Amino acid sequence: MSRSGEEVWKNSTEKINSELFTLTYGSVVAQLCSDYNNNYNLVNKQLDSMGYNIGIRLIEEFLAKTGAARCHTMKETAEIILKVGFKMFLNITPQVDNWSLDNRQFSLILNENPLADFVELPSDAKDLWYSQILCGVLRGALHMVQLDVSVWFVKDVLKGDDITELKLKLNKILKDEVPAGED
Amino acid sequence: MSEEEIILPSIASGVKSLTVNDRPMHEFGYNPSLGPHSNEITESSLNILLNRKTISLTPTSTHSIYDRNILGTKKHELSISSLSFLFGEVVSWSHRSSKGIQDLENRLNGLGYKIGQRTLELVKLRERFKNTKREIRLVEMLQFIHSTLWKALFGESANELERSQDINNEYMITDNCPLMAKFINIPKDYGNLNCSALTAGIIEGALDSAGFYAHVSAHSVPTDYMPQRTVFLIKVEEEVLIREDLRGGPMN
Repeated sequence: MSRSGEEVWKNSTEKINSELFTLTYGSVVAQLCSDYNNNYNLVNKQLDSMGYNIGIRLIEEFLAKTGAARCHTMKETAEIILKVGFKMFLNITPQVDNWSLDNRQFSLILNENPLADFVELPSDAKDLWYSQILCGVLRGALHMVQLDVSVWFVKDVLKGDDITELKLKLNKILKDEVPAGED
Repeated sequence: MSEEEIILPSIASGVKSLTVNDRPMHEFGYNPSLGPHSNEITESSLNILLNRKTISLTPTSTHSIYDRNILGTKKHELSISSLSFLFGEVVSWSHRSSKGIQDLENRLNGLGYKIGQRTLELVKLRERFKNTKREIRLVEMLQFIHSTLWKALFGESANELERSQDINNEYMITDNCPLMAKFINIPKDYGNLNCSALTAGIIEGALDSAGFYAHVSAHSVPTDYMPQRTVFLIKVEEEVLIREDLRGGPMN
């Protein structure tokens, strides 16, 4: 029996004020930037791999709480990620858009982003994808359900874009195997 | 109208004073002596309208943080799991890049410090200086952290606030079930590591920003029913105590 994101959020989620989360993440990104001497490409990479580590653990809670069944198409997968995954962990519901013709690639549009609530990027941080950790989380979580995907940001309101947009592309469906952790 | 010149005290002498018969310098704009007539678009005013060179000052994004109401009463909530996953990863990342337990705690403390500085500002702003005052006494400040700040961050006040009887610059805040470290399990060989070092950093950041310079550390003091019970030891700097004395000695 699979449950909707709304149900899981309402009934079996312990909730906290998102600001502590926002500020903690902000502090981490700031620390990474100073650790890597403002080499933003390295910061993106590090955030992505931290996200991956989170994703491979997070999928377990997701499956346990939702009892979601196997998805048969990418459209179903997208629906579950948006309406259940994002809802139960971040309490937001992004939009899906821009499907590619072969239905293997789509855009996630974040109307709100709790990670970036109090954030203003310095003008020299053009290369930083502030919320890159989300890409890693999606990649890690989907990896654990045998989907090898690439996820990347194309737009971010922090950079002056009108929306925050991620692209998710299915590379291939993996055979059952245990992926190695990433450090 | 009298023929006398009107004295305009706010205009520096030497500047020609205006009379109602003056025309706008650029033949453009409303002239009260002409009435609506003056707003007609003539060839010269059209030129000004069409040929002006400007830099747009209109904000391009309405998503800027400054456009949002920071006092917002509606709080966004999210799952405690998200915070725990993030915190777990932060600890293991700090662990990988640190040289030992002390170094790891220092790193966590440093991360918390930044949170504390910002939280103090935010909470005070939200409170809208409710009690129309700022905390200038150490004990009041500690009570503020123990209750208001704690509530804003973790949803409820901390459990105890105490002053050491033996050492006069030591204060303690106790949390029976610290939210951040709820899902952290310390391996045996890490002895006295306490991941609430991050929370200690938050307290330190807030105290320092408020001018009560202190050093804060986290210590596990488990009881049978509360295995995660943590005491935050606050060592206040000498200068703060001297100031307290000037303000009338320690309270309570």
